[in-house]
Amino acid sequence: MTRTETARPAAAGSVEVRDLTREFRVRNGLTVRRLTAVDHMTWSIAPGEAVGYIGANGAGKSTTIKMLAGILVPSTGEVTTCGLRPVKDRRRLARRIGVVFGQRSQLWWDLPVRESFGILAAIHSLSRGQERARTDELVETLDMGDYLGTPVRQLSLGQRMRAEVAAALLHRPELLILDEPTIGLDVLSKQRLREFLVRERAEHGTTLLLTTHDMGDVERLCDRVLVVDHGRLAYDGTLDGLGRTVGAERVLIVDLAEPHGDLEVPGARHLRSEGGGLRQQLAFDPAATTAARVLAAVSERVEVLDLTIAEPDVEDVVRRIYERAATSTS
Amino acid sequence: MRVYARILAAGFRTQSRYLPAAFAGLLANATFGLLKSGILLTLVGDGAAIGGYTAGTMAAYVWLSQGLLGSVNIWSLPLSAQRIKSGDIAVDFLRPADVQLASIADDVGRGLFALIPRGLPSVGVGVLLVGMAMPSEALPYVLGAVSLVLGITLSHTLTYLLGTAGFWLVEVRGLQGLYMGVAGLLTGLITPVWLFPDWLRMIAVATPFPAVMMYPIDVLSGRTTGLDALALIGAQAGWLALALAAGAVTTRLGRRKLEVQGG
Repeated sequence: MTRTETARPAAAGSVEVRDLTREFRVRNGLTVRRLTAVDHMTWSIAPGEAVGYIGANGAGKSTTIKMLAGILVPSTGEVTTCGLRPVKDRRRLARRIGVVFGQRSQLWWDLPVRESFGILAAIHSLSRGQERARTDELVETLDMGDYLGTPVRQLSLGQRMRAEVAAALLHRPELLILDEPTIGLDVLSKQRLREFLVRERAEHGTTLLLTTHDMGDVERLCDRVLVVDHGRLAYDGTLDGLGRTVGAERVLIVDLAEPHGDLEVPGARHLRSEGGGLRQQLAFDPAATTAARVLAAVSERVEVLDLTIAEPDVEDVVRRIYERAATSTS
Repeated sequence: MRVYARILAAGFRTQSRYLPAAFAGLLANATFGLLKSGILLTLVGDGAAIGGYTAGTMAAYVWLSQGLLGSVNIWSLPLSAQRIKSGDIAVDFLRPADVQLASIADDVGRGLFALIPRGLPSVGVGVLLVGMAMPSEALPYVLGAVSLVLGITLSHTLTYLLGTAGFWLVEVRGLQGLYMGVAGLLTGLITPVWLFPDWLRMIAVATPFPAVMMYPIDVLSGRTTGLDALALIGAQAGWLALALAAGAVTTRLGRRKLEVQGG
């Protein structure tokens, strides 16, 4: 124990993936096809980072996560999670990570939510004091007080998802892995969950790895993005950088004092006008010009009352990455 | 152990949420109990005993075996098998607990609860309607309780083991059908193992199945007492240890094989 405790600060919540590969045999009638879900991936996550892991369906996201958590055995390559070998040290690792699979529940379906927390606290060997303090904290910050006594099967999806996240965080894991946590949630529920995660990370320094199709999740929660495509790493860097890499445009939206015809501004491209020209959208390449320069050019022509800058739509960005990869390989 | 006790308690409480289903089960068990006692008591007849059974001890066999049906698992796949099939077992592997012991603790908790709405009323029917013979001293009940818990636990350990075949086979229902047939006969559910022809009885006692139901009934009804009862309990414990060891191996190997179904 002493050895792991001294090693812990360095590895707390970290992930290291080296040359990781996972193949599946897919049976289709009599023929068996080999499918490479994760293809020689190498990357790492430092303690305390918040990383979005994004890609299309079947790109290999969930497969990777299952290997990180020790529930799927790699075909070749290595994974180290929190300094441990996930498959070999499954139970020790389980005490240090929290995982939410959006489509699978870890709660006791027929029992009140409160019961699930009690059972999980026992599984994680929390003392009564720890259990009470942590449960109270999560119930308050996730606003679950109203339905603690309700059987899980009677919860709304938003309520259940908050309970799932709380269940994964009960033992204060160093690494939180969320697989599609906001799938199916309404806008308000998403918003609350994201706000909670931001606060939780700020307070406890939890490392976060998030897979999602919802780019709002990535924009709100992640400092760094890994894009996977066909089991391979297609991009590793900041979200802004991702936009720049594929030449995604930012959009300046201006509200004018008076209606005006479609604006023509050097370095920017007119996208659309609304309200008879009262609101106009101008796209520009952040690598070639700046928002300030575009705005100055607009202000020379008309009076601007208000403005917003829309960041690149990340789904669009990911699509561009895929297209780029497709053209470069074909 | 606190972990598994807690999971067992959760199983107990979960089952308590299904009372209407339990009463429906009781009705079915009682109906078949009446049929079974009709046939078996005719065999026993008035004074002449078959295989050491009198009308009173045969009635005890019938109503105890029917009453146990909600608690021991003889013919259905456990929840863990469904979780292997659906891939939800992944969630179980994410907990710092032994997956086999946690699954069995949950099932045993449910089984123990079922003694209340299904086991006790069934015995009540036997005592009130057909005059089943039950021991009058305390010891058979103490040993019987131990034997009963071992039998219930063994039944769920065996079905857990059966369910782990799902790590290799996507569909285990064929295997389940085979298991149902063999276990249904050899546990002594249909007719007491002691009424089997010699060859079949020898086969039965060489399997863990009589330890699931026949032995607890013998101990609890006071048909087997003293050292013989302890020997039966010892055999149950031995089979349980063996089944748990086998389940631990298939769980470990299965985990290596695991390809979580359904993404």
